[in-house]
Amino acid sequence: MKFWRQPGFWLPLVIIFAWGLTILLLHQDTARETAFTLLMFVALASSLNILLGYTGYVSFGHIVFFGVGGYFGFYLLSQHDWSLLPAALAGGIVSALIAGLLGLAILRLRGAYFALATIGINEAARAFVDNFSPFGGATGMFVNFSAYQPYGGPGPALWTTFTYLWLITLAVLVVSYLVKHSRFGLGLLAIREDEDAAMVMGVKAPRAKTIAFMLSAFAPGMVGTLYFFKNGNVEPGDAFQLHMSIEMLVIVMLGGMGTVSGPLVGSVTYVGLRGYLLTSPLFKSLHLAVAGLILLLIILFVPTGAVGWVRTRLPWLRRALE
Amino acid sequence: MKSLRCYPVILLVVLGLLLPGAASSALAAEKTVVIGFTASKTGKFNVEATRQINGLHLWMEQVNAKGGVKLPDGTVVKFADKYYDDESKKERVQELYTKLISADKADFLISPYSSPLADASAVIAQQYNKIMITTGAASDSTYKKGFTLVYQTYTPASRYLTGAVDLLAKLAPQAKTIAIINEKDKFSTDVVTALKAYAEGKGYKIALFEGYDSGTTDFAPFINKIPQPVGAIMGGGHFADTTTFAKQLYEKKINTSMIALLVAPPEPKFAELGAACISVVGSSQWEPAVKYSSEAAKKAGVEYFGISAVDFTKSYQAKYEGEIPSYHSAGGYVAGLILQKAIQQAGSTDTAKVKAVLDKMNMMTFYGDIKFDTSPKNHGLQVGHEMVYIQWQHDKQGKAVKEIVWPEAAATAAAIVCPKR
Amino acid sequence: MLGQLAASLTDGLLLGFVYGLAAMGLTLIWGVMSVINLAHGPIIALGMFGTYLLFSHLGLNPYLAVVLVALLGLPVGFLIYGAAVHRVINAPHLSSLLATFAVNMIIIGVGTAIFSTSPQNIDFSMGTLEMGPLTVPGTRLVAAFGSLLFTAGLYLFLYFSRPGKAIRAVANNRRAAELMGIPSSLVLALSFGLGTLLAAAAGGLIATFFPFTILSGGSYELKSFVICVLGGLGHPLGALLGGLILGGLEGLVPTFMPVSWVPVVEFGLFVLVLLVRPRGLMGARK
Repeated sequence: MKFWRQPGFWLPLVIIFAWGLTILLLHQDTARETAFTLLMFVALASSLNILLGYTGYVSFGHIVFFGVGGYFGFYLLSQHDWSLLPAALAGGIVSALIAGLLGLAILRLRGAYFALATIGINEAARAFVDNFSPFGGATGMFVNFSAYQPYGGPGPALWTTFTYLWLITLAVLVVSYLVKHSRFGLGLLAIREDEDAAMVMGVKAPRAKTIAFMLSAFAPGMVGTLYFFKNGNVEPGDAFQLHMSIEMLVIVMLGGMGTVSGPLVGSVTYVGLRGYLLTSPLFKSLHLAVAGLILLLIILFVPTGAVGWVRTRLPWLRRALE
Repeated sequence: MKSLRCYPVILLVVLGLLLPGAASSALAAEKTVVIGFTASKTGKFNVEATRQINGLHLWMEQVNAKGGVKLPDGTVVKFADKYYDDESKKERVQELYTKLISADKADFLISPYSSPLADASAVIAQQYNKIMITTGAASDSTYKKGFTLVYQTYTPASRYLTGAVDLLAKLAPQAKTIAIINEKDKFSTDVVTALKAYAEGKGYKIALFEGYDSGTTDFAPFINKIPQPVGAIMGGGHFADTTTFAKQLYEKKINTSMIALLVAPPEPKFAELGAACISVVGSSQWEPAVKYSSEAAKKAGVEYFGISAVDFTKSYQAKYEGEIPSYHSAGGYVAGLILQKAIQQAGSTDTAKVKAVLDKMNMMTFYGDIKFDTSPKNHGLQVGHEMVYIQWQHDKQGKAVKEIVWPEAAATAAAIVCPKR
Repeated sequence: MLGQLAASLTDGLLLGFVYGLAAMGLTLIWGVMSVINLAHGPIIALGMFGTYLLFSHLGLNPYLAVVLVALLGLPVGFLIYGAAVHRVINAPHLSSLLATFAVNMIIIGVGTAIFSTSPQNIDFSMGTLEMGPLTVPGTRLVAAFGSLLFTAGLYLFLYFSRPGKAIRAVANNRRAAELMGIPSSLVLALSFGLGTLLAAAAGGLIATFFPFTILSGGSYELKSFVICVLGGLGHPLGALLGGLILGGLEGLVPTFMPVSWVPVVEFGLFVLVLLVRPRGLMGARK
């Protein structure tokens, strides 16, 4: 099947591509900042989707890969003067390797136990980094302002970071689609439905889960490095925010878990909603409550998320909304 | 009818005298300089941040009331502020400063309160080429990052508690050990790193040197690790945790000669601890009883600028319903004052011109001396200002009051040893 | 050294009683209906605020306030159960996890709007007990004692009252209990309410000696997870035991290493227990 002809494949890609291009052409700072947050969530949520949506394993602490990979990449950037792209790639690779190691231990757990274990790991990682002096301990690390010079100054450096994020997001969406439509992905979906039955049918569950886990950790590691570079510094408290983990989860559920465009739809809706709530004087202090309410309504009434709901109600859109 | 023909001429002459006057006052354009900042109206820094904004607003009200700053080309600069609540959170700071610069078109920036937040905002200021005066932020590390447009009002952390060691030597010469327990953030860490080096240089043994995570409420594990007897206990972090630490030290009946803590003791609110606050020493960026004045400036050979300490305290209390200003309030006020002087001296609101003036600034204010380090390694670090040390004592009526106990030249009372608990 | 150890251990164990009470609510709900209540933390925080408000605005003795707040926790639990949990009780675990988490967000969001995130304090002193090397603030002793009282109350209820027996029946086998004529939905709601009652009580007790904000519940929620797994899901006594172990650890570990390593040890232990003996010390119900 020539996958690149399927609208389900190129539709999300075209949307992200066009949008990123518009931002680059407009060259406006506030627009870029909003777009950065959005793309970041799309990439993170899509990665989480591979673990949560396809494989059915709920991770509450997925932000740990953002933190660990980001810390490592930033360490290379600030202490060893690596340039941004290699550092980000290194961050992603380290993140995936750690996921592989962790997976060996915790992927044996099922359901709620796995979810709790991921929370435990996130907290342990934060406490560890807090005490680990090569990574700056509690006070973290920072880049000297001159680090922006190789990119032509802080302005161009921020635009370069944005461009990299844009490209990474596109890559994650491609990978997400390919996984879903591969034999490997079919195995993951089978694991999600009934792991024991899948194993009986010949799916090598432990190996498949580990690969899925590693895949889901790669992009967050890269994105973390870019995010910290943009901010100019990193501290343990910023890198392992349980809150961000939960937001990723909400986005995947909101958009529709197990779909490629779900994270995209979810991110746009969630970030847009959050942005509106934060600046509206009425809702400013209530944005978390409103987000929670929306999540609750989705769980209770539309558990398949926005994309899932559309796919059920409007079957002719199924080819476009994978 | 000769007299009647005079009237038009007289009218014309009068008009001719008035019109140019009217024209020139219409020509004297008014320019509003927007000062942008975020403030922690909610969250863990809200006590200190509220004081800081109060100080800044008092300055703004006073400078605008006096007619603003007159530039050589006749423009009158008045100040307006634009600020948001950063909820004491770093992510909010960066989003909001980007907004202040791009959407709200702020001309100059003031930092939020606290070193971590100020550090986060400084990055944005430098990225977008705007001058920022940091206040409420003492960590040295911000100025080692290669910024060129960020200027510090507070005495840096490296000189924050070192005077306490000198005070200890005078107060309790038999004390030989010091226990240091601090918050694990940039500011407190910078303070205690310098403190430890200074104390060891003076021959003290550091009996305990540990950091606690921000937001800690249970200090028992740390207090239990303090070896008894110990000469002095020093450290702390920001207002909330330091106050809790002081309270738990009292509850656990720890005996020592001196307790010197960061940030909280100079805050009038610290007195709410009751008996636990007595004898606690704190270093303060400013106290109402300081002796900085135009006479002192003349003696030191520097220029004095702005309001006097007495007038500042009076006008602050008048505006804020009797609230006594703390050094956070003074810091907020002087940040605005520095900008005012810089713009006035530069004769312009252009970033490059104002920066040139700031680099050369050397003046005394009610808050103390203001001079910035301009070396590339430490650009913007405050090198003129010094700390004063206060201690809570009972006055003759038994009420808890702050007294300045160090340096001796500025003292209003003698220091007391920590009473046996 | 020994004196320091004794002092640390005492502090840790006293705190451990309260940790155990905090975790008891979570383990009860988990044991009865296999739902992990992610709104646990905010309810602890609500308990803190409730006690504080009753103390500062009505001048009520804080311990009286704790009892009141605990009683208020019961209907709150009913409400949360009815609104969020009932519909997804038979759905995959993810749904109830997210539903209770959504309630968490709502409570924190509304709470932040009302109370902001500035820290609050209950200024109440019960004196200090001094025994040799030990100096124990009275409030902590009373809190530990209070936790024991609540635990005893819970046991009396579960084993000697009709609704309590119904709860144990539903926890054991819901279908069989229904066949016996027990209205399982009501019983589940009651269990949930009991769980929130215990959480609110724990929050109130904690508020008597630590400052707190609307976000303080989060760290106790995390500790509760660790304790529940340590003690075994569904066993309230296991929760108390787990709480004591955790408190004891928090007291002992700092003697040998910097205090900031304690979370690493805690969560390392957590993951270890999950891997090696997920049933916990007293064995899980399911």
